[in-house]
Amino acid sequence: MTVLSAGRLVTRRPADALFRFTAATCASIVLILLAGMLIRTTWSAWPAFSHSGIGIVTSNSWNPNLLQFGGLSFIYGTLVTSFIALLLAVPVSVLIALFLTEIAPARIATPLGYVVDLLAAVPSVVYGLWGVFVLVPFLTPIWQWLSSNLGFIPLFSQFSSGRDFATAGVILALMIVPIISAVCREVFRTVPADERESALALGATRWEMIRLAVLPRSRPGVVAAVMLGFGRAVGETIAVAYLIGGVPNKVTPHLFQQGSTIAANIALQFNEAASLPLFKAALIALGVVLFVITLLINIAARLIIRRGGRAA
Amino acid sequence: MSTLVRRHRRDRIMVGAMVVAVVVAIVPLAFILADVIAKGIGQLSASFFTQPEPFVATASGGGFGAGVRGTIKMVALGTVVAVPIGVLAAVYLSEYDPRGPLATVVRFFADVMTGIPSIFVGIFVFTAIVLTTHSFSSWAGGLALGILMLPVIVRTSEEALRLVPGTLREASLALGVRRWRTIVSVILPTALPGITTGVLLSIARAAGETAPLLLTAFGNQLLVGWGNWNGPEASLTLEIFTNSRSPFPAQQARAWTGALVLIIGILILSLVARAVVARRAGRSR
Repeated sequence: MTVLSAGRLVTRRPADALFRFTAATCASIVLILLAGMLIRTTWSAWPAFSHSGIGIVTSNSWNPNLLQFGGLSFIYGTLVTSFIALLLAVPVSVLIALFLTEIAPARIATPLGYVVDLLAAVPSVVYGLWGVFVLVPFLTPIWQWLSSNLGFIPLFSQFSSGRDFATAGVILALMIVPIISAVCREVFRTVPADERESALALGATRWEMIRLAVLPRSRPGVVAAVMLGFGRAVGETIAVAYLIGGVPNKVTPHLFQQGSTIAANIALQFNEAASLPLFKAALIALGVVLFVITLLINIAARLIIRRGGRAA
Repeated sequence: MSTLVRRHRRDRIMVGAMVVAVVVAIVPLAFILADVIAKGIGQLSASFFTQPEPFVATASGGGFGAGVRGTIKMVALGTVVAVPIGVLAAVYLSEYDPRGPLATVVRFFADVMTGIPSIFVGIFVFTAIVLTTHSFSSWAGGLALGILMLPVIVRTSEEALRLVPGTLREASLALGVRRWRTIVSVILPTALPGITTGVLLSIARAAGETAPLLLTAFGNQLLVGWGNWNGPEASLTLEIFTNSRSPFPAQQARAWTGALVLIIGILILSLVARAVVARRAGRSR
């Protein structure tokens, strides 16, 4: 405390005041940027918002040549691919995090943790490239098999080409495993050691210790981790643009059909839109929608994490 | 006794499931790396880093020299913009009023900002710069990368600054050194390895970005001069993207080599970043 007040005393000198002001300005830039991004893009998207109104998110007819900009199918595709990704990635990530924090000795857990983190270092364009030339040929026979044997379930019927909602979901799952498992690892580490030890001392097996001591305390943190993964999946662009087929206006329960997502559609149609101002504004409007969705997801996740951090 | 057997069996099954999960995550990574090396190494040569793509789409040879140069230029611009702002912001968060309202809000939104889709940052720079200057440009691309790097640098630098022992601050202030002098000559040098790690990791992340550059730098088959920043320019990622979507084997082959170069670059940056941290940990012990 004395140090702090000494610091305040010194701060009154002009050079110090200037330095502090500069630092505060730089800190504020983060906030100014976020607000500026929302305002500037909304402004550029305004022609599309006023042309299509709420239809830009509720209407399912995206025909730029007819000046119809209903982006419902992109929102649908974004949610479907992200949910497939979460379905696959969440159990795997939580189990990885449990193994690295609760089971594996540090000698193994540390290098293994680096390797799992490496999945996050692979750029999305490489995921896309690999997805098209390796994953699609690998998954196509599996999807075809599912389609012909479980085709009575609408989800699996009507196989098209191997570039579809399901394939995009698989690549997204790979891409969000590192973020979910990294946050889960942080969360599991905050569980006090004496709670683990009491469970073990009472004769619990390792799994029972996890179920009794680790998981109940970690639930909010795991929820936040899942939401952060969801936010990543929703905003992922290039890998999905490679693998989803890029077909607008597909709101279908069939996972083996081509479709599109908000982010992928912006990337894929951006060149076409150059000559049509309203088309361009509509793509920017899709970007604004994407930004608002991911902003809300991330704010919610960070609030949960912050509250958890305070409680611990 | 049978319940005990059942409990232990259940324990083994769950631990087994965890091992399977680790394998499930690592196998695709191994395949990605193996495929990129196998398909990319054939065309790898010194000229790949300097030659532009051939004009004829079906022709082999040439390289991603334009993209390598563009990536270096734009990542460098992003770094030059984001590092001073990010580090100074971190100084505010850690050294001045860390529990105050501004610091709390900035810290929170810097975290939130790391989750903003990179394509949206591309859209923003497109509306703010490309639309106003009426041209795609290298500096628009570099600024987009800088915006993406900023929150990462703020948060990692703050972590590094917080690890500086309070006794160092107290010692310096007790000697009558002014606060800004203390920060510049005592605290920042002490935190330098940690800050460097954060900067290197954010550079690695920026070098792998495609979507924001698509909307700002746009891409270009031609080599653009080091000093020319006002027109469209390629990046390694953009060249991988466009070449891999081509039906011609020569272009697809170049895309794989580009991916190999990109991954090697990113891995080197990540390893150096870890080495910087490891060295500091070793020294303090």
